[in-house]
Amino acid sequence: MKLRIVVTLKNGVLDPQGKAIQHALGGLGFDGVADVRAGKIFELDLADGTSDADVDAMCRKLLANTVIENYRVERA
Amino acid sequence: MKTAVIVFPGSNCDRDIAVALEQVTGVKPAMVWHGETELPSGLGLIALPGGFSYGDYLRCGAIAARAPVMDAVRAHAKGGGLVLGVCNGFQILCESGLLPGVLMRNVALKFICHEVCLRVERSDTPFTRGYNAGQVIRVPVAHGEGNYVADKKTIARLEGEGRVLFRYTAPDGSLDPNWNHNGATNAIAGILSDKGNVLGMMPHPENHVEASMGSTDGRGLFAGLVQHLAEAA
Repeated sequence: MKLRIVVTLKNGVLDPQGKAIQHALGGLGFDGVADVRAGKIFELDLADGTSDADVDAMCRKLLANTVIENYRVERA
Repeated sequence: MKTAVIVFPGSNCDRDIAVALEQVTGVKPAMVWHGETELPSGLGLIALPGGFSYGDYLRCGAIAARAPVMDAVRAHAKGGGLVLGVCNGFQILCESGLLPGVLMRNVALKFICHEVCLRVERSDTPFTRGYNAGQVIRVPVAHGEGNYVADKKTIARLEGEGRVLFRYTAPDGSLDPNWNHNGATNAIAGILSDKGNVLGMMPHPENHVEASMGSTDGRGLFAGLVQHLAEAA
């Protein structure tokens, strides 16, 4: 069972890395990039039948810091 | 006073803080490997050192916060025992839930490594009794992720309860964005837990404890802790 976990910064949390990427895109001549938010993707290969509750716990306990980050689970 | 320093793979200030603790206590701290599940008994203080535990993988301090030894550190803190986290140690304390908030990338995206001015906000805590409230001390920082962030409610609570112990300031002790090196919310450099027994701070007091280091401004923190524990005993 393959899952993809996407972790992104919550709205309102300053993302200096995203800002730097935004500036770099501007420097390459791409106009109109209003904002960039950087995030992380984890691809998990799990035993079949792993419960949603366990996946959720993995996200909350380790993969995302819910003080500043949101996560969503995508099924491949 | 018995102390312990937790050593994670990638810690690199563990020996620095051990030297500072030995200087003020006269006793070598126990160096406890992260894989241990028990701590020596009768510890007055546990120190989480600076460094790059687990190569800063995932998030700074995230993996270390889930290391086997951390359950014992949590139990020590829950029982009112003193815990000091410096730099990566502060990041680990935030990730482990012992302190609120998180240390994010420095606003200027640069690793900063130099001496900073810190204003000591209170002198009535075990960690700051060696100083006067309002005193400005100079200690070094060395971090890429020291920008303290928490939600508005948490910041208001920390401020309202007097749990901000150190702030980045100008040499005269005034708040100035130019001296808030990493862009931390309210120039926060160090915070206390709600019970007042856990301190996390980004700057390194252990690196300014003897004249040959250029300054002894960090010594007050360790000397104060020893005094506190001697009186409590």
